[in-house]
Amino acid sequence: MKDPGETGAPRGQASGTAPPVLALRGVSKSFGAVRALREVSLELFAGEAHALAGENGAGKSTLVKTLSGVHRPDEGEILLDGAPVEFGGPAAAQEAGVAVIYQEPTLFPDLSVAENIFMGRQPRAGFGRIDRRAMREESAALFKRLGVALDPGRPARGLSIADQQLVEIAKALSREARVLIMDEPTAALSGNEVARLFNVVKALREHGCAVLFISHRLDEIFELCQRVTTLRDGAWVASEHISGLTPDDLVRRMVGRDLDALYPKQETTPGEVALTVGRLTREGVFTDVSFEVRRGEIVALAGLVGAGRSEVARAVFGVDRWDAGSVEVGGRRLPAGSPTAAMAAGLALVPEDRRQQGLVMDLSIERNIGLTGLRSVRRGPVISRAAERDRARDWATRLQLKFTRLGDAVNVLSGGNQQKVVLAKWLATDPAVLIVDEPTRGIDIGTKAEVHRLLSELAGRGIAILMISSDLPEVLGMADRVLVMHEGRLTAEIPRERATEENVMSAATGRDAGAAA
Amino acid sequence: MAPDLMTTAGTGEAAPPAAGRSLISRFARWDVLVTALLIAVFLAGAAGSPDFANTGNLSFALGDLGEIALIALAMTLLVVAAEVDLSVASVLGLSSALLGALWDGGWPIETIIPVVVVVGAVCGLVNGLLVTRLGLPSLAVTIGTLALYRGLAYVVLGDKAVAEFPQAYTDLVTGDVPGTPIPYPVALFVLPAIVTGIVLHATGVGRALFAIGAQEEAAFFAGIRVKRIKLVLFVVAGTVAAFAGVVYTLRYGSARADNGFGVELAVIAAVLLGGVDFDGGKGTLGGVIAGVLLIGLLRNLLMLNDVATEIQSIVTGLLLIVSVLTPRLAAVLRQRRRAPSSPTPRSTEERNR
Repeated sequence: MKDPGETGAPRGQASGTAPPVLALRGVSKSFGAVRALREVSLELFAGEAHALAGENGAGKSTLVKTLSGVHRPDEGEILLDGAPVEFGGPAAAQEAGVAVIYQEPTLFPDLSVAENIFMGRQPRAGFGRIDRRAMREESAALFKRLGVALDPGRPARGLSIADQQLVEIAKALSREARVLIMDEPTAALSGNEVARLFNVVKALREHGCAVLFISHRLDEIFELCQRVTTLRDGAWVASEHISGLTPDDLVRRMVGRDLDALYPKQETTPGEVALTVGRLTREGVFTDVSFEVRRGEIVALAGLVGAGRSEVARAVFGVDRWDAGSVEVGGRRLPAGSPTAAMAAGLALVPEDRRQQGLVMDLSIERNIGLTGLRSVRRGPVISRAAERDRARDWATRLQLKFTRLGDAVNVLSGGNQQKVVLAKWLATDPAVLIVDEPTRGIDIGTKAEVHRLLSELAGRGIAILMISSDLPEVLGMADRVLVMHEGRLTAEIPRERATEENVMSAATGRDAGAAA
Repeated sequence: MAPDLMTTAGTGEAAPPAAGRSLISRFARWDVLVTALLIAVFLAGAAGSPDFANTGNLSFALGDLGEIALIALAMTLLVVAAEVDLSVASVLGLSSALLGALWDGGWPIETIIPVVVVVGAVCGLVNGLLVTRLGLPSLAVTIGTLALYRGLAYVVLGDKAVAEFPQAYTDLVTGDVPGTPIPYPVALFVLPAIVTGIVLHATGVGRALFAIGAQEEAAFFAGIRVKRIKLVLFVVAGTVAAFAGVVYTLRYGSARADNGFGVELAVIAAVLLGGVDFDGGKGTLGGVIAGVLLIGLLRNLLMLNDVATEIQSIVTGLLLIVSVLTPRLAAVLRQRRRAPSSPTPRSTEERNR
């Protein structure tokens, strides 16, 4: 990874001497009693891609909003080309050349791409008419500069999120933005789109722009950026060159502890068989799937997206019906298609889609946790509010849930905390078998480590865990055994000692070479 | 990271004036507003019309509400679970027609009433099976059965009216509980209302109903028997509507196929006016009872002032629209206030939805 000074600063920056384009010095910002930023400093130089790292709630969004004029700092100052400025609002920041590209841009869907780019500043021809041709040509030139092919004449409606981001970037360029802030731009993009965005960022750097890049994905930070500033709990931790860092270093700065805690796998001796799936088949979805999970064991179900892993989990739990085969929990055969029976037998499923399936987003934390225990918190036919509340509080505390009130709707919680509520809701049923489907997807790295520790502890207490995951390091780090699915069939079973990224991937892609145990 | 920060920022901003805001939000609760409106209408009525605020009239007004109130209880459970039954008034009519036809045929009333109520339950079962087994939307299903059951009512009784029901029974529904000005239909309503309140707000079934209404899939994933619960709700609605048909017929002393025509609108207006969200997942029974009373008082006032029935119908319709519109408007306004500086349109993705 290169220094900003080494590469691409053809305009402006004489390395080391020019002041940063935009800088924060000792900035603090509070909301009521919450200190969102504490004496944070940041320098953005022309021609660099600068990463902003930190967990959920570390203060990244507040920092972005301060740079873009949405929030005014309580203390400290913003420097533009070395001179203090005050942004009265987002318009002033824009005027000064600061542009923010959001995860999901906001375009006028019925206007053309070019009209969106020049909204409010349309080039004029005679008699004050809008010069559509000039607008289109300039837009085309901007896209050419960015090295992308996008038709300026088409309407914005129907553009992919990646394309919408490009339109926003072109808009920023047309306003001669010198600082582009990208707030998790890759979260909703596919692999190819990410690669294209990275090329655009390189082009921007070559034009002398400074890019502030925010992402949860460490590999992206390491691939794209030259420097990184890390925040933790609203405070500045470090600003440094990426070339001298390892991903572990960065995680340690973000989380404040070591990475080896990310996969805290306890050794356990597997006990008796808790879950037996025998030749389970759902036509057109999966075929002849057989496996066992023992008490104290974490079994990972790996495979590509669409291999049928979640579908197997859904069938086992009874959300979907199966056509043939059997599911036994603790030796008891389950009827097909009844989550209620599966629950009664001691099965629990933390589903893939937390917002649709895992939680009732409008209901409170307390009610969500209570939903699986409607029978257990009763006094006679009537629910005991106290028992309901105790059950929720107990589990919220055990899982270190961060919340203001148990009565708050779960939709105000962060993704990681929402996942904890789902886990709490199921652990409160005291399950014998816990199925977790993508348990750490979309949650920050600190919470991820907590979830892993929790799973490991649960296995240590004799719960049988079936973990579906597309995160290979997670599979290898947590599983006692890895089952691999490919196109609806189990293609490999690999014990922990022999599992590697290579043999799991080759079984997942159907290149069976030596993977089957 | 956005949601988490939003929370800290949000709670932070709320911190200093927290007490004030919670007080406002408590007053801004819809069911409280409706209760306040109820009191206002009562006072205005008392001031404007000398015949209004006397026990005789109020007792009559309440008695006149009996069927609407009873059906509103069952309707509340359905709407909280994001379903609706528009066929209730037709079941009421069918029940009335059947009662008349069987009475005409010389059946004893003690046999007729249970038979009629069971027929109502079957009507509800048909609705429920169409909704839960075939996965059809209840709005469409019950518009269909609204026409179907009313048609059956005419098949059963035709255009004629049957009267002359036994005095003991008509007295029961028109009279007052001895020693009080409380009409029997009201007394008949109190017990079911208490039971419904407990079921909705204090039992597992009630918790499940709110979860189903707010997010059916998540409720199903939590092991709640969504379809079974919905089926039972439709059966209950049919049963209650048929029982309301019996009360209605005896109260007017006349069994006709067109009895209770349009009552479903008054019921739904009362439920929505009571603050139950038509999309499900929100509402209180207290609010619904206030809504029922409000509709009842308004109808009574209009009647006392000789306002034509067309106008009464217009008022019911307007109330329905206002009660659906106001919470949404309030939500939009609240959002505007929270984000004053966001004139940008929503993304194309959101718009396309």
